[in-house]
Amino acid sequence: MASLSMTDDSRFGLRRQVRLAGPLPLDSGAALGPVDIAYETYGTLNADRSNAILICHALTGDQYVASDHPVTGKPGWWWRLVGEGKPVDPARHFIVCANVIGSCMGSSGPASLDATTGAPFAMRFPVLTIADMVRAQAMLLDHLGVARLAAVIGGSMGGMQALTWPTLFPQRVESCIVIASTARHSAQNIAFHEVGRQAIMADPHWRGGDYYADGQVPSAGLAVARMAAHITYLSEAGLTEKFGRRLQGRDAKTFGFDADFQVESYLRHQGLSFVERFDANSYLYITRAMDYYDIAEDHGGSLAKAFTASKARFCLVSFDTDWLYPTAESRIIVHALNAGGAQASFVELSSPFGHDAFLLECPELNRVVDGFLKGGRA
Amino acid sequence: MSELLRPDLALIARTVRQGARVLDVGCGDGALMAALRDNAGVDARGLEIDGSNVADAVGRGLSVVQGDADTDLRYYPDASFDYAILSQTLQTTRRPDLVVEELLRIGRQAFVSFPNFAHWRGRISLLWGGRMPVTRLLPDTWYDTLNIHHVTVDDFRALVKERGWTIDGQWFLKGDKETTHANANLFAEHAVFLLRK
Repeated sequence: MASLSMTDDSRFGLRRQVRLAGPLPLDSGAALGPVDIAYETYGTLNADRSNAILICHALTGDQYVASDHPVTGKPGWWWRLVGEGKPVDPARHFIVCANVIGSCMGSSGPASLDATTGAPFAMRFPVLTIADMVRAQAMLLDHLGVARLAAVIGGSMGGMQALTWPTLFPQRVESCIVIASTARHSAQNIAFHEVGRQAIMADPHWRGGDYYADGQVPSAGLAVARMAAHITYLSEAGLTEKFGRRLQGRDAKTFGFDADFQVESYLRHQGLSFVERFDANSYLYITRAMDYYDIAEDHGGSLAKAFTASKARFCLVSFDTDWLYPTAESRIIVHALNAGGAQASFVELSSPFGHDAFLLECPELNRVVDGFLKGGRA
Repeated sequence: MSELLRPDLALIARTVRQGARVLDVGCGDGALMAALRDNAGVDARGLEIDGSNVADAVGRGLSVVQGDADTDLRYYPDASFDYAILSQTLQTTRRPDLVVEELLRIGRQAFVSFPNFAHWRGRISLLWGGRMPVTRLLPDTWYDTLNIHHVTVDDFRALVKERGWTIDGQWFLKGDKETTHANANLFAEHAVFLLRK
């Protein structure tokens, strides 16, 4: 019955946006309301509402998990995992992916208008946490009529959200897939983010975050932030294989500061194309949320305690060349889950591509995710 | 339908109680776990060192964690399983005695199966050939074998006695057939012990 009406229901489909009254109480003590959430749904919620899967995106990701990006025109960022004939398949699953709050693709963030002033929030937007993002997702699922998730899946920051879900809503999550992620941000993780934030705030166009009026955005600072971060997404071996010390469009070094090397040119391109689709203040807010993330800290220092109320099955995947969220971080989660007797699976997959591997071609990842999701129905 | 199990695994599968909680240490691609789950309603968890094996096992819907029996068993709580199983893995661990101690802490009972290095073929190979045995059951040469602690049935019995463990069951295999307890140290290719503390 539900399935027949879904095509007529404006809550479901591509490029959806909803304004939820809230207010959403935040970890900081502040509250956010109303809360705008931009999202997409794929597939159909079945009659007993047991086939819902929430996909959580990474730092600079968005809701376009399996449809073309409206700005870049590129295919959905996880089309390899989500789509027809893929492990997460709209033919079988009802799939939801929402832009996290704090971001800039249609959900409430620093670029949104503050109803009390009529101007963009900028740095007056409340500081958020990963848990706040998850609570906003729960509000969206309430709106969509989804009480329980067959699975919540995410990579990188998406994995942080996925792992947070069963700690906040143990009754709502049946299984949880956490890929290339961690249970807490390390000092090194925080350090790299701080470099990015300082680059943004050092840009004269940043102006304390109030740059929306005249279109003079801190693109140089944001590009540098992206360049620094991008290095952490790749492996040393991957960079060497892709670029080595090869020169860019020239036969000899220029003895100047042009992008002599291919790797420089590549990073500059990454930085420049990023500023076209991302808001610098959102970058500040979301990196901050990641830095504040430490699930054990929220549970008296015990990661195992965070999951004791949950009956969920867990699947963790790391990549051997990922030095941003290395395998050791996934093992910490696995050990905590084992200590609590949770049904946990964990595998370290091999890839030359570093942290980015979770977004790239990896048949083994698809096999693991597919088997894990189907295993729940055995 | 489950696949044909290795003889020692088939023996363990026949012995495990319906609906038990089982930790399979060194579970490989999860063949035993899948059989236990499908045929005996067992809640099975696995630990396996090889990533490709883990991917296979998770791909068939099993809960398997990639890890090392020598270092990762300490993360499992006391008496959290009815059985801990260590099949054909004992001889590859750095400290087999400590691994068995851990099995007996985690499981109320522990199955331990291993190839018997005192089988007569191996003895002849070493006695007359003067070479480390390479047989059907132990097909690797001394330099590339994963077996770093060669153990015999009598060695294992001595360890059990020394540590004060209790033997609840013991089975000996020649090929895929059970063989007599008499002279097992000479004639058994494989041994399976069921222990408790």
